[in-house]
Parts: sequence; C-alpha cells; structure tokens
Amino acid sequence: MSEEAKTKLPKIALKGVKKRFGPKVVLDGIDLSVGRGESLVIIGGSGSGKSVTIKCVLGIVRPDSGSITVDGEEVSGLRGSKRDAYLRKFGMLFQGGALFDSLPVWENVAFGLIQGRGVARKQARDIAIEKLAKVGLGSEVANLSPAELSGGMQKRVGLARAIAADPEIIFFDEPTTGLDPIMADIINDLIASTVHNLGVTAISITHDMASARKISKRIAMLYHGKIIWDGATKDIDNSGNPYVEQFIHGRAQGPIKMEVRR
Amino acid sequence: MNIFATVGRVFLAFLALTGRVAVFTADAVSHTVRPPIFWMTILKQMLRIGYFSLPVVGLTAFFTGAVLCLQIYIGGNRYGAEAFVPQIVVLGITRELGPVIAGLMVAGRVAAAIAAEIGTMRVTEQIDALTTLSTNPVKYLVTPRLIAAVISMPILVAVADSIGVFGGYIVATNTLNFNGSVYLRNTANFITQDDVVSGLVKSAVFGFIIALMGCYNGFNSKGGAQGVGAATTNAVVSASILILGANYILTSVFFAK
Repeated sequence: MSEEAKTKLPKIALKGVKKRFGPKVVLDGIDLSVGRGESLVIIGGSGSGKSVTIKCVLGIVRPDSGSITVDGEEVSGLRGSKRDAYLRKFGMLFQGGALFDSLPVWENVAFGLIQGRGVARKQARDIAIEKLAKVGLGSEVANLSPAELSGGMQKRVGLARAIAADPEIIFFDEPTTGLDPIMADIINDLIASTVHNLGVTAISITHDMASARKISKRIAMLYHGKIIWDGATKDIDNSGNPYVEQFIHGRAQGPIKMEVRR
Repeated sequence: MNIFATVGRVFLAFLALTGRVAVFTADAVSHTVRPPIFWMTILKQMLRIGYFSLPVVGLTAFFTGAVLCLQIYIGGNRYGAEAFVPQIVVLGITRELGPVIAGLMVAGRVAAAIAAEIGTMRVTEQIDALTTLSTNPVKYLVTPRLIAAVISMPILVAVADSIGVFGGYIVATNTLNFNGSVYLRNTANFITQDDVVSGLVKSAVFGFIIALMGCYNGFNSKGGAQGVGAATTNAVVSASILILGANYILTSVFFAK
C-alpha cells in the first residue's frame, strides 16, 4: 500500500466489535473510526466498556467478534514478532500510572526503549531524561523510585513513559482521575500539547468533562457497550441526546441507569 | 441438589484448571529457548530464591538432622542397632528430608513472595503496561523466575544436606557419645552418588513447582488486596501439595526395584 493511500485510511477502525465476559455483555457491536492525528475522547459511566475497548485494540483483551484495523491492517490474532512490531506503534498512560515499582523512574520511562527496542542503556537514559523534561520533571527525579513520587508526578512519569518511544498512537486511561483540579489541568495541558506537537493519534477515556473538552476535538459516548453519540467536542452541548445531556451535566435523574457490576 | 451434577462440575472445573496451568507452563517454558533471555533478572532472582533462603533453610536442616539422629538412636537402641545412626541420618537427609523440608520452606517463603509481587503487578495494571511496552510479560516475569528456581534449589539443597548431616553429627558426638571421626567415616563410606543426585533432581523439580505456582497464581489474581492475598495463599498451598505429591512419584521412579 502506498503512503498516500495509507494517509487516507482511518488510523484506527473498529467494526462490530463484541465482547462478553461470561453472561455479561461488555461491548455490543462497537463501530468507531479515528483519523490520523485526531484526538478522540470516549466518555461513559463506570462499567460502560471504555477500558475494554482500548484493551481490545491493544490485544490485551481478545474480542469475540468484529474487526479492528490499524493503518488498514487487521490486528486481531497477531502473534509473536508481528504483535511486538504492532505494539510499538502505541503508548499508553494507565489510570493508576502502572509504573514498575522495582525500577527507578528513568528506567520506567526508558523501559520500552531498552526491552522493546534494544536501545543501549546509557542512550536510553539520556532519552528518558529528555522526555521527563518534556513533562516538566527535572533530572533529579530520574533516580527516585516511583513510590517516592506524588500522584500527579507519577502521572507525569507515566506520560513520559507513554511518549518515550515516539509512538504513533497514544491511549490515555482516565488521565485526571484522582488528581487535584490544578494538577488535573496541568496534565490536560500536557496531553493537549503532546498530541498537538507530536502529531499523534490519541484516544482518551475519561468521565471528567472539563478534561474531555480540553484535550479532544471529538467525543464519542459509550453506553451499554454501544456508541450512542459521536460528534465534535464543540457540539456536545447541543447534542439533543438525553443520555449525553444527563452525562455532561452529571444529573442523577435521566435515562441512564448506572451499572452496579462491571 | 443433584449430587452427580455437583461432582461433574467440580471435576470439569479441575480439568479446566489443569488445562490452564498446562498452557501457562508450556508458554513459560518455551521462552527459555527464545531470545532475548533476561540474564540480569535471572541472577537477581537466584539471589532472592536461593541465597536469601539460606538462613531459614539451613536452620531447618540443622534441627531436622539433629532430631533425626536423636530419634534413630532411640529407636535403634531398642534392638541394639544404634551404630547405624550415621548411615540412616545421611540417607534420610539426602534422599528425602533435605529436598522436601527445603522445598516446603522455600514454598512458604518464595512462592508467596512471587505470587504477591506478580499479583500486585496484575491488579495495578503493570502487567498490561509491560505488554504496551512491547515486552512479553511471561517472558519477562515468569521465565526468569522458573530458570532461577530450577538452578538455585539444587544448590540450596546441597548446602542443606551438609548442614543436616552436621546437625546429626553435633547431636551424636555431644550427647550420644559417638566418636566424631568414626561417625563421619561411616557417613562417607555409606553414602552413594545416587542418594545425593536423586535428592538434587527432586529439588530442581520442587524449584520448578514453587516458581510456577507463585507465578501462575500471581498472574491470575483479580480484584484488589483481597485477590492478591488469595493468590498468595493458593500459591503456597498448591506448591506444598504438589511438592509432596511429586516427591512420592519421583521416589517411586528413582528407587523402583
């Protein structure tokens, strides 16, 4: 496929993706496509299947049916070295940071470079310090252990790790959850500038509407394993969709019944 | 309630579990021959599994040898066979008690530690994070621990064997009036290579079981702190039972007449 043809394809496309855990249907036919360089936010209540959607794309969870393509190539069932090569396109910021507590901060950031790509340790350390600077952390944190950092700093290190290997696609799983409003805004700015400056494709999961408005150009809402609304961020206040209305205004009354089990 | 349905369900659940463990094992073992191999991690784990278990295993072996000596003396005394104490002590330690006691102690120490560590990594999404950093979590976490345990357990048991025999020697010479040089000569003359080697082979198998049960239970832990706690308990219990079961099978294979 020529480069030109590739750029016209959506970067990520999901068609009819279904997944159930036992009797519980989590994804009930997801159709979603994300363009190159686009920043999409998926909103939805707890247990609506947001995280599972992302894990399906990464191949951590195997969907029961449907197709997932990245750059026009089907990704389900990739194995071995093909899967490794595929995963090198991605960076991910986990909800709790998911930093490796047995390793110092710089090795966390450089992990994908050293283990995944075989970069020499000394060089990887220099890259790690450069990426830490990009998220506003000085080289003095490089040798600390992740447990010594505050929640906001851990998120920043997680962000530095996600961008360390210059990925084409970054996933952000609830980037602002558990942070104070000021730190949340700092993280939002970091994400917005990272996506803008690196030209990456980004999918974020959040239920923080302030964050969603700030970091995205487009919002999709997930409810009961289906995309029930998909549109530009600026149109979200005039969606005309009662589910979206209820969610963005955070009302207890409305059509959405909160899932108790996930 | 239908008793057949209950029995059937338990049996099917057991088969499913056996299958999952087998697939997990095959995956982990297959990575031992597929580069890259994480040598530094293997060395670090050998230190944790072998070296740091030395005090507790050594102490246990010492007292086991000591009490074995005492019991055999008392039992042998009943029909004048107390001269056979050194031979039976060394046989019991090298063939059975050294590997089994060390195996059980290390199961309590190491299988629990591995399950807690990997279980916490699972519930805090660190294992998913490994995948997104294009590192196979089984290759990075499980295979090095298996290799390290299989290498370090026989070394640990060789040391434990010596300490166990030494424990018997201390009791025999200090409280039972054995002559030290006669005791050691009888020990050395009686022992054969097969006695020691069979014990060391056993201990390698036990090491494999310990690391496998720690990793498997940790890898499959769910929930939060409670899930990790359950994984830790299951790791120790399953490793201990499998060690005792495997010990019987290995003994009957080695010494079948």
